[in-house]
Amino acid sequence: MKTRYSYGGDEHIYVEVDEEMSLDAFFISLSMSNAVREANIPGVTEICPANASFEVRFDPDVIAPDAMMDRIKELEHKAENAEKRLSTRIIEIPVYFQDPWTHETLMRFRERHQDPSGSDLDYAARINGYDSVEAFIEAFHSQPWFVSMVGFVAGLPFLYQLVEREKQLEVPKYLSPRTDTPKQTVGYGGCFSCIYSVRGAGGYQMFGITPMPIFDPEQEVSYLKDFMVFFKPGDIVKWKPIDRAEYDRILEQVEQGAYTPRIAEVEFDLDAFNADMTGFNAKLMEALNDA
Amino acid sequence: MTLKIVKPGLATSIQDLGRPGYFHLGIPEGGAMDRLALRAANMLVGNPEDTACLEAVFMGPEITFTADASVAVTGGAMPITVDGEAKEGWTSFTVKAGQTLSFGFLTGGARIYIAVSGGIATEPALGSRSTYPIGALGGFHGRNIAEGDEIPVGDAPLVEEGRTVPADLRRGPGSPAELRVLTGLYWYRLTEKSGQAFFDDTWTVAPEADRMGYRFRGGRPMEFVEREQPFGAGADPSNIVDGCYSYGSIQVPGGTEPIVLHRDAVSGGGYFTLGAVISADMDLIGQLQPNTPVKFVRVEMDEALQARADRKAMLEKIRKELV
Repeated sequence: MKTRYSYGGDEHIYVEVDEEMSLDAFFISLSMSNAVREANIPGVTEICPANASFEVRFDPDVIAPDAMMDRIKELEHKAENAEKRLSTRIIEIPVYFQDPWTHETLMRFRERHQDPSGSDLDYAARINGYDSVEAFIEAFHSQPWFVSMVGFVAGLPFLYQLVEREKQLEVPKYLSPRTDTPKQTVGYGGCFSCIYSVRGAGGYQMFGITPMPIFDPEQEVSYLKDFMVFFKPGDIVKWKPIDRAEYDRILEQVEQGAYTPRIAEVEFDLDAFNADMTGFNAKLMEALNDA
Repeated sequence: MTLKIVKPGLATSIQDLGRPGYFHLGIPEGGAMDRLALRAANMLVGNPEDTACLEAVFMGPEITFTADASVAVTGGAMPITVDGEAKEGWTSFTVKAGQTLSFGFLTGGARIYIAVSGGIATEPALGSRSTYPIGALGGFHGRNIAEGDEIPVGDAPLVEEGRTVPADLRRGPGSPAELRVLTGLYWYRLTEKSGQAFFDDTWTVAPEADRMGYRFRGGRPMEFVEREQPFGAGADPSNIVDGCYSYGSIQVPGGTEPIVLHRDAVSGGGYFTLGAVISADMDLIGQLQPNTPVKFVRVEMDEALQARADRKAMLEKIRKELV
């Protein structure tokens, strides 16, 4: 891993742990950003972990940029030797694949797509070598995902699948971004999945939709009363395919304030995961079944 | 008292100095695009500098007051009238109960700041009244102001009329506007020739210029150093593995039109950034109209910090004049 440090103007320091995505790079960037938080450096205003990098914003009137840079570099060694373990949670997210709303939207923006002849899922399945959309959806939801970054817009999670590099699904973004994406669309771009937290522009392929809100500025949704944003980096997600009837049922529960997402507390250990991915994932998903 | 919105203008929003601390969740700092203008407007009417004001872009609103208040308008140049009587910009004046504040056509800059004594008193969200429409957060019900809105204003004594910011302490962009840039971030992705061209070319502000970011056009397309794209980055040479963006950072999707992220920035994404506009010049961007010619000027860190100190000294002078 080649950690690269750069200033972003006079108020930011950008640290790229690796230029390519991997769980190792994610873990180091998360531990380094945690180390910066724990160091309580005066003048730091924002600490933003990302997939394989992180950024610190600071007030150069309080701490000089070169002093800030030195403080962060000092923490690299500590983070590299930190245990790659995380106490986190696994969350089941219901997804209605091939739903009518994302389908209507993808048809509306077909001229911006690489392959206007089919749907986003037809395209994704084909270029990843799957015989059918169903087989692709199976690969997408059967193994869990890591929230490797929260951002872009309010509370939007980027997710990275917990499988070997050769099993990673890769799909390019739209040729030109859409001006509209339904709220709670489950999307895909590069090697990342995402959930659009709000309605708006977007360039990720659209696979389906979840009835479960993940951002609520009014904080009326039962499980968002403490904070308006649901996800944080390090969360683990298991997609659960649902049909229209279940989608409608969950939506109604959400509106009545009666929906509770299925969540289990779990430990994630990168070395144990790397040693036996399928076995480790099976245990993660078991925890969910007991929740 | 309340401000009755007769006409909202084009995109008028409630802004203060923003809500730092939530960028890691994709919620941007927000706040006034031209922070110096907002601070000055507040000082003119006797408010704390971080009080919420109205920020209007390109076109002013029309507002009827329900009680007497002191008002100041700073930032861009726009004729100001109260029941048809002309008023000066960057200068305090009184609007009486029942009177209507309105504006003529913009003659300079891009955004005006309307401060009212007592300050706008909507409910803060995450510590700020700034409007973030994408997240339906802050402002008036999470959105820009609309016709018929009644915006609450706090109670405060009136100040004398005619308090003014001297002309040499009002800052605006020249033409071409010069924006100073610290290179870095993914600067190494550009060829040396292409990096030089970015600073040699004159760009113009594109119509896609808003609180999230300003787009520029007219310069030569970028040339990238050839490489095999890293896993997870995407196929285009302008792509990276999605990372965090800096405020003021300059991304060039597809290598064609640079975008400078501003106060309502998206917090991250998959485009390379070649560096960032220095903090001292961020206010100037907020006063750029589409089609304005712009030169990016390369500076080093010591110059960026000196520019920041100069701007702070200017703010201190305004405080000496008014507080």
